[in-house]
Amino acid sequence: MGRFWSLLFLLVPVLGVAVFVFAVVPGGVFDNHWLPEDISQHGKVIDDLFMFILYLTGVIFIVTGALLFWFCWKYDAEKNPEPVKFTHGSHTLEIVWSILPAATLLFIAVFQMDAWAENKMAYPTKEDGQTKKPPLALVTGRQFEWRITYAGADEVIGTEDDLHVVNDLHLPVNDKVVLRIQSEDVLHSFFLPNLRIKQDLVPGMQQHVWFQTKKTGTYDIVCAELCGWGHYKMRGRLIVESEDDFNEWYASALQEQNRTSLNAESDD
Amino acid sequence: MNTSSAASHGHGHGGGMSLNHFISTYVFSKDHKMIGLQFLFTTLLWFIVGGLLALGIRWQLAYPWSDMPIIGGRLFSAEGGQISPEFYTTLFTMHATVMIFFVIIPILAGAFGNYLIPLMIGADDMAFPTLNMLSYWFMWPAFICIGISFLTPPYGAGGGWTSYPPLSAVRTAAPGSAMAQTWWLMGVTLVGISSMMGSVNYMTTIIQMRAPGLSMFRLPLTIWSMFITAVLQAFALPVLTAGGFMQILDRMLGTGFFVPEGLIVNNAAMVSGGGQPLLWQHLFWFYSHPAVYIMILPAMGMVSDILSCFARKPIFGYKPMVYSISGIAGLGFIVWGHHMFVSGMNPMLGMTFMVSTMMIALPSAVKVFNWLGTIWGGKIEFTTPMLFSLSFVSMFVIGGLSGIFMAATPVDIFIHDTYYIVAHFHYVLFCGTAMAVMGAIYFWFPKMFGRAMNETAGKWHFFLTFVFMNGTFYLMHILGAVGFPRRLADPYHYETFKHLLPMNRFITWCAIGMVASQIIFAVNFFYSIFKGQQVGRNPWRCNSLEWFAPSPPVGHGNFDAQPIVYRGPYEYGSPEVDTDHYPQTQPPPEGVEASGDGH
Repeated sequence: MGRFWSLLFLLVPVLGVAVFVFAVVPGGVFDNHWLPEDISQHGKVIDDLFMFILYLTGVIFIVTGALLFWFCWKYDAEKNPEPVKFTHGSHTLEIVWSILPAATLLFIAVFQMDAWAENKMAYPTKEDGQTKKPPLALVTGRQFEWRITYAGADEVIGTEDDLHVVNDLHLPVNDKVVLRIQSEDVLHSFFLPNLRIKQDLVPGMQQHVWFQTKKTGTYDIVCAELCGWGHYKMRGRLIVESEDDFNEWYASALQEQNRTSLNAESDD
Repeated sequence: MNTSSAASHGHGHGGGMSLNHFISTYVFSKDHKMIGLQFLFTTLLWFIVGGLLALGIRWQLAYPWSDMPIIGGRLFSAEGGQISPEFYTTLFTMHATVMIFFVIIPILAGAFGNYLIPLMIGADDMAFPTLNMLSYWFMWPAFICIGISFLTPPYGAGGGWTSYPPLSAVRTAAPGSAMAQTWWLMGVTLVGISSMMGSVNYMTTIIQMRAPGLSMFRLPLTIWSMFITAVLQAFALPVLTAGGFMQILDRMLGTGFFVPEGLIVNNAAMVSGGGQPLLWQHLFWFYSHPAVYIMILPAMGMVSDILSCFARKPIFGYKPMVYSISGIAGLGFIVWGHHMFVSGMNPMLGMTFMVSTMMIALPSAVKVFNWLGTIWGGKIEFTTPMLFSLSFVSMFVIGGLSGIFMAATPVDIFIHDTYYIVAHFHYVLFCGTAMAVMGAIYFWFPKMFGRAMNETAGKWHFFLTFVFMNGTFYLMHILGAVGFPRRLADPYHYETFKHLLPMNRFITWCAIGMVASQIIFAVNFFYSIFKGQQVGRNPWRCNSLEWFAPSPPVGHGNFDAQPIVYRGPYEYGSPEVDTDHYPQTQPPPEGVEASGDGH
């Protein structure tokens, strides 16, 4: 039976690698079962890092899996006529297999720092707390919707002439965008899969995300932090459109809002 | 002989006395073996509960909002047999709570720690038998609290096992969970008290009560890992206990440890405030990250012993193994922030935690290489415990490597809180720890009951579990790579995740197969207790001290002769003797110096 069990353990690296190959290569049974389309400028760095770690860990996965199989196959008590190699270890080997992974891990650690800094630390604020570029919109998470606020004519968010939208975040394409994000009640997480953006919203804290899109289209805004029974339905839409389309939408939405609020006032 | 059982034997006349005898032997026993078995049976029962809860989650992900066959109508009659979104949050909260606090931690430390520590160090019992008894009986109030929490109408606690405030701290944030969340917090705190009593006992016992000749570097790795685990628990737990009480105060008395100013929850402004939700996350993970190692280190120790025994060869690199266990434990205290990379914590701190997290992969890698070194050049016997242990190594590699993706902070931005992390921790905790526990049950069963479990059934159990569990958890990596978020009752209304339904159905059927395969184990387990093949003291030809005792070990006192230790526990295939094993208690032949200290 030793042969059978050895082969079973060999299946782990064989099928394990196969699954990832099917997922990464487009087409086939696992079509579209990989990193979703990236429409951001910075996302490629993250995806490349993901793939780099995948290749690196893939090699270790295959080597250790193959060794486990080979040792099970070769040293099966029923088949192996040789006496046991009576040894308590090897000092040299221990040093080699401590230093090699340590160096590799340190390399990954240092290698990725720039991408992290770019995403979370190249903070677009000045010392007085104002953003270098005014935020395009304020995104407020609440159970279970996204409230989006654009500045009105005065170009300041938080005044009476603001434009309020629920769940639809419109953005001009190719533009460097800063968003102010906040939560009104519990923790939420602002997750844009297609932009490789995720940031938990912590009530009581002022937070920002920044990115640059490179393609128009409609994408998902996902809440990725448990926020209550309706967590699953806290879905928003990200609408990336051309500068002209964005301006047109903004003007008409503002007009629509003013009209309805004027009507509401005249009703009183 | 135990004084209490001696006393009850002495007065053993009449029904009342034999009832006392029954209670002191099987219920309020101070014998570490009985307490270990109590933990074992209790945790295995909870294992069934946790598994069924997981199937509930899987059902919803495969067939969202559809009637659950057979049992749905009885369970959720109000929803017409469907799982409601509220109940879904309760399902995953309870699945994690039960599996972590009632299964993995107590089965490793409570069941195997209790059973094996005195036997493997050649002691009569634990240092504090009464404390030991209490550590088991403090689990029961915890069971009751969590049970009430689960059954509180309209549905139980739904804050996730991480219980992040303000969702968990503000009552109105999860209206249905009302008192359930408070009961949950009390339950978890009580589990902590039980673990604390156990850990004090284990540390003292291992330091003070080793048999003559058993130096620290002659201890089996199982004992080393139990010792380090006890240290981890003793130092990390108080923080969770404090955090738990703070959250209870926030809920009950309106304090504001974790509730910030100016919240508007459910259209109502909060009165309390001035707190910081991230504080809870720091306190929680300061315990719960070391807890991850509490859930894997003992498994690593037991696997090391089993691998060496069935490779008929000394463990490769004993001292590096001990140092890497200690290294994991030490580093384990400074990596908790990697759960919080995107939490809003200062990103500068994220960088620090990233480096320490990368470094903790190193001792784990060293252990894997040493396990491979152990089976290299051996004479491998493919027994059931050996198969489970080999699969532990194979699976732990996957769980370890997938951790590196999450440790890399920029990658974590994308895969945080997706199925990638779900795949990762199930590979470590189920495919790793649970498989090691299964192996350990098959391995030490003959010692516990004097009878062996059936090998054929054991191999079928292994084969089916191994195949189905990989079918269940491996594809979750692929889901995670698409960004499929965890804890969503219905992820398919997102365009990005719509097409993942077929893969989820496949996973669900594998999960059902995996749970069904455990029936073989349950039948084998109970059949073998009564009808299994009777075996002697040392059926596996193993070296360590527990096999020197009778099977099962005699009453209180364990050994029928005082064990005296001449060497470490891994001298298989030693040229000093003709047999392929060389028990720790066997005096060396004439003219040979005592050997076998760690190398």
